[in-house]
Amino acid sequence: MAEAGRAAARPLATYALLAWTWIRAAAQYPVSMVLLATATAVVSGLDAAAIGLLFTRAPRIAGFGASEVLFLYGTSALSFAISDILLGGTERLGQHVREGTLDAMLVRPVSPLIQVATEDFSPRRLGKLLPAGTILTLALANADVPWTPGRLALVPMMVLCGALIFAGLWVLGGAVQFVLVESHGATKSLTYGGAYLTQYPMTVFARDFVRGVTFVVPLAFVNWQPALYVLDRPDPLALPGAARFASPAVAAAVCAAAAVAWRAGLRHYRSTGS
Amino acid sequence: MIEAEDVVKSFTVRTRTGGLRRRGRTTLRAVDGVSFAVEPGEFVGYLGPNGAGKSTTIKMLTGILTASSGTLRVCGLDPSRRRTSLARRLGVVFGQRTTLWWDLPLRDSLTLVRRLYRVEPAAHRARFAELSELLELDPFLDTPVRQLSLGQRMRGDLAAALLHDPELLVLDEPTIGLDVVSKATVRDFLERINAERGTTILLTTHDLGDIERLCRRVLIIDHGRLAYDGGLDELRRTVDADRVLVAELARPGPPIVLDDPEFGRIEAERVQGPRQWLRLPSAANAATVVAALARRHEVRDIALREAGIEDVLAGLYRGDHAYTCPADLPWEDGPPSGPPERPDHRSMVE
Repeated sequence: MAEAGRAAARPLATYALLAWTWIRAAAQYPVSMVLLATATAVVSGLDAAAIGLLFTRAPRIAGFGASEVLFLYGTSALSFAISDILLGGTERLGQHVREGTLDAMLVRPVSPLIQVATEDFSPRRLGKLLPAGTILTLALANADVPWTPGRLALVPMMVLCGALIFAGLWVLGGAVQFVLVESHGATKSLTYGGAYLTQYPMTVFARDFVRGVTFVVPLAFVNWQPALYVLDRPDPLALPGAARFASPAVAAAVCAAAAVAWRAGLRHYRSTGS
Repeated sequence: MIEAEDVVKSFTVRTRTGGLRRRGRTTLRAVDGVSFAVEPGEFVGYLGPNGAGKSTTIKMLTGILTASSGTLRVCGLDPSRRRTSLARRLGVVFGQRTTLWWDLPLRDSLTLVRRLYRVEPAAHRARFAELSELLELDPFLDTPVRQLSLGQRMRGDLAAALLHDPELLVLDEPTIGLDVVSKATVRDFLERINAERGTTILLTTHDLGDIERLCRRVLIIDHGRLAYDGGLDELRRTVDADRVLVAELARPGPPIVLDDPEFGRIEAERVQGPRQWLRLPSAANAATVVAALARRHEVRDIALREAGIEDVLAGLYRGDHAYTCPADLPWEDGPPSGPPERPDHRSMVE
């Protein structure tokens, strides 16, 4: 049992070890590191400020008040920041394939996914956590919600599941680059696009589009569906109530699909060479 | 240590045949039925021109690529299925790129290798001390890798590849771009770990000095097929048979034809003004040929060129392609490479 636990923890330990190594490498350029982290924090903060600006003109967006939209923004941004920190490196997989650095990773006894994800791990990415966390805290403090233990418990749950869904998308996007080496643009539309999309109430988008991000690319489960429960709102698509709590299952499905795709991608690479 | 049997790696290449829609697919056999075995403790040179299939073979041996067909065993494992297990028993150095952490001191990269390969601390310490002494790493252990010279970095890479005490070391052009002194250090080191630790080494290189100095056995691959497998000495013997006599006559004339019962018929295979190139059959005595030549032609100067290892390789690499000589060669150099056409392939493996 203890042995099994250690075996399961090993990839995480390796991840931490490699990430720490890259952080120390980045720390060789301390000014650049601090500036980049600050810039990242400022840019994500400005993103949120834009929402605030919007509400100075209109009291509600698509039926949602300022603190509610900030709640959506905060949960999405926090989920995305976590996934980006952990697995954002996979978007450069195509580059590793092109430059042959992937080959060097494949001769080490460490999962190439961990190596790709940690490559150039930069504390700059941590800069996204601060504004996201701040905004979520503000939104929670100001939200006009009858808090129940269930609602409260759903908030960390949705952040975690959202992070897992985004993580799955990062890995899926990386897996696609095994086959289509130059596809990191398309990958970005899924990840960064998804992050942007989930910052707003889905009601601002066309209904068919919302169906798409519910059933095809399940972005609606990052925060929208559980948020409907937390904020006590009806679902415009009128999905059954269980959909509000489906995020963990959806996250598991997305991660499983990502794992399969990654393996398939790696197999493809190893049979074609690029 | 390595057993390869009829290993094939084919790639599907999409070719554009003109127009936007018409595209063809061709299957390229980068490695086309290669079989060989390497015993523990051997030091094998793996040679071939660019694009012959060297890298593809190395990638299959290390488990980076999966063979299309054939069987492959490295350290008793199927590299494609057991890549991670194999990685622990294998050291790989790509001369063209480093696996060290660019911005960190060399020492940090080497420590990290211990954790990635899960080497016991005590074993690691002993090995680290030994390698850093052999490779003289001490002066730059605490220098960031980006500030190291190419030679120092290569020594660092070698140390990183050997810290987990692999049974097999695969080197892809380890001396590329190194200066004479660094090359010598690297070669001395490789020779020692092969002799003293019994580490099996497979080395690809374009530097024939590496081969002559280190490899007792060479494998030559061309067009995806093994063109030679054997000792370096035998290879050299094939080459030494191919001598070329370069004669400068008093005046330009038609190609020389010598017909003599002692050495048979020799025809000039290249004529450039007054200079003519004659290939000597392996059995021919150069002195007899020169004497016969001098009897029939007015010879102003004469040079006998013994083919080197470069020449036989050039001949092998060229395969059946026509032999062409660059036109503007200084006289002393003679033709750039001895064997025209296909040289005498007595030890060729088909």
